[in-house]
Amino acid sequence: MTQISPHILDALGTVGPASGTVVQATDVHKWFGRLHVLKGVSLEVARREVVVIIGPSGSGKTTFIRCINHLEKIQQGRIFVNGHLIGYREANGKLVEDREKNIARQRQEIGMVFQRFNLFPHLTALGNVVEAPLRVRHMPEHEARDMGRDLLTRVGLAGKLDAYPAQLSGGQQQRVAIARALAMNPALLLFDEPTSALDPEMIGEVLDVMKALAADGMTMIVVSHEMGFAREAADRVVMVDDGQIIEQGSPDEVFGSPRHERTKAFLSKIV
Amino acid sequence: MRTAPGESLIGTRPARLLAGFVVLVLLLSACERNVSYQYRWDLFFKSVFTPSPLILGGLGLTVAIAVVSQVVGVILGVLGALGRLSSAAPIRWLAGFYVWIFRGTPLLVQITFVYFGLGVAGIYAWDRHPLFGIAGAIQAGTVALALNEGAYMTEIVRAGILSVDIGQMEAAKALGMTYRQAMRRIVLPQAARIIVPPLGNEFNNMLKTTSLLVILGVGELYVTFSRLNGTLFAPFELFLACALWFLLLTTIWSFIQSWIERRLGRGFAPTDSGPGWRGRLFGSRLRPIEDPSQVSGGR
Ligand SMILES: Nc1ncnc2c1ncn2[C@@H]1O[C@H](COP(=O)(O)OP(=O)(O)OP(=O)(O)O)[C@@H](O)[C@H]1O
Ligand SMILES: [Mg+2]
Repeated sequence: MTQISPHILDALGTVGPASGTVVQATDVHKWFGRLHVLKGVSLEVARREVVVIIGPSGSGKTTFIRCINHLEKIQQGRIFVNGHLIGYREANGKLVEDREKNIARQRQEIGMVFQRFNLFPHLTALGNVVEAPLRVRHMPEHEARDMGRDLLTRVGLAGKLDAYPAQLSGGQQQRVAIARALAMNPALLLFDEPTSALDPEMIGEVLDVMKALAADGMTMIVVSHEMGFAREAADRVVMVDDGQIIEQGSPDEVFGSPRHERTKAFLSKIV
Repeated sequence: MRTAPGESLIGTRPARLLAGFVVLVLLLSACERNVSYQYRWDLFFKSVFTPSPLILGGLGLTVAIAVVSQVVGVILGVLGALGRLSSAAPIRWLAGFYVWIFRGTPLLVQITFVYFGLGVAGIYAWDRHPLFGIAGAIQAGTVALALNEGAYMTEIVRAGILSVDIGQMEAAKALGMTYRQAMRRIVLPQAARIIVPPLGNEFNNMLKTTSLLVILGVGELYVTFSRLNGTLFAPFELFLACALWFLLLTTIWSFIQSWIERRLGRGFAPTDSGPGWRGRLFGSRLRPIEDPSQVSGGR
């Protein structure tokens, strides 16, 4: 029986400021070679806001959120997180890629949860969670372990601290992955289809964790086609098609009365 | 796995191997036998069970040279692999050049070149720099073995790193780790699991390859027996004893190796921790399928 705490973020002690802009992306363009994947994406996300991104396969959803923590380079536009230009610095009017150390520091602020979990298979659940706090933040070991234990307990994995990823179900692995991202106390969490690699009976437990985080006031950008989650937890739904945002609004607006033909066509396919 | 009929009669694979060996020896001694040859089994037993300090010294030197060469070779291999995977082209070329040279020329040539070549040309006179009182020939031999080993280890380590899912590096970076941290803490420990089995084979080879240093007159195990044979002339008994000593070394190593592999298998599927010592010595019947792509992410 999975016991997910309603206040997961309490494990971290501190909670950031209540308002302001966390993400500001303007006119982002991305090419893979000659393939124009992002064609001028602009998106602002306020603190404590939950944005769900939907859109057909290949429309650039994954690519866009990977640009936000600079796992992908961009060729045009700017992305700011907490006021910091991500991945680049300006040198006489031109953007040049930032030093690795600075990029790594910026990424500490941005948690990411992957479709295929990407847990570290040679570390236990607790080891996965405390790795970055220990090595990147240089947190004292006992403090990191206490926090890691607390986080894993709150995502319903108190009994699995010493289990290796291979010994966990998909849903459990993804909850460890969420705890791992939270352990760095990020200002923003990015989710790339966090439940699409899961068996149906495990989707609920992961979505429950995400809903609890949303209710706790975590700022989140979630690529997902889980309408139930979007209706319950999202402040805004953004429809991406062919590398552009073609429509956005509250879940009721976008799901209930989509304005764009392509949104209608897309929604008719996923329900 | 193919099961030969009657296999159960002959028994296990080690038993069959032993039986084959005995038959082979009998056959060899039956045909073309020098009837006048007096076996001096006392020499054999003495050098196996009550080895002289000379033999023990040779044994120690063999182990020492092999261990040092292998350790340095692994370090060179990790550096070489990181170099080959570097984003900086000159570093990639340098690492590639190193591998090309040392894998492309005979080890014997490398050993003689490093000692005699560098020494005679005055580039580095090994005998004039007795570091820690170690003879120049030993130094030069160890360096040559290590350099050669480093080239092979470069390829082994590189393959190990490439076998780790790219998502591991990305997850580590997403947490704020630098490339170095991610390599050291996340990628290399996982690559180690892939690297260790071939590394074990490399060290097994290294233990035996040290005998090539005969060319420099380094007094390791083979040279010791070779010299004994020079005075006692009993090649059958002495080299049989010599072979046994090498067999002892490689056998001990195979135990150590399977222990290491089992430890590295932690966290992976239980059947996936490599063959045990039995399997390692005599070939395992059920070899677990190695599939690096299954290592991460999957359920
Ligand atoms: N590393 C890459 N190299 C080249 N092309 C890529 C790369 N990654 C993605 N693409 C291409 O970019 C486009 C957008 O891909 P992306 O993964 O962002 O789509 P998506 O909206 O996340 O789709 P899905 O719903 O299938 O996950 C696709 O055409 C894809 O083939
Ligand atoms: Mg995607």
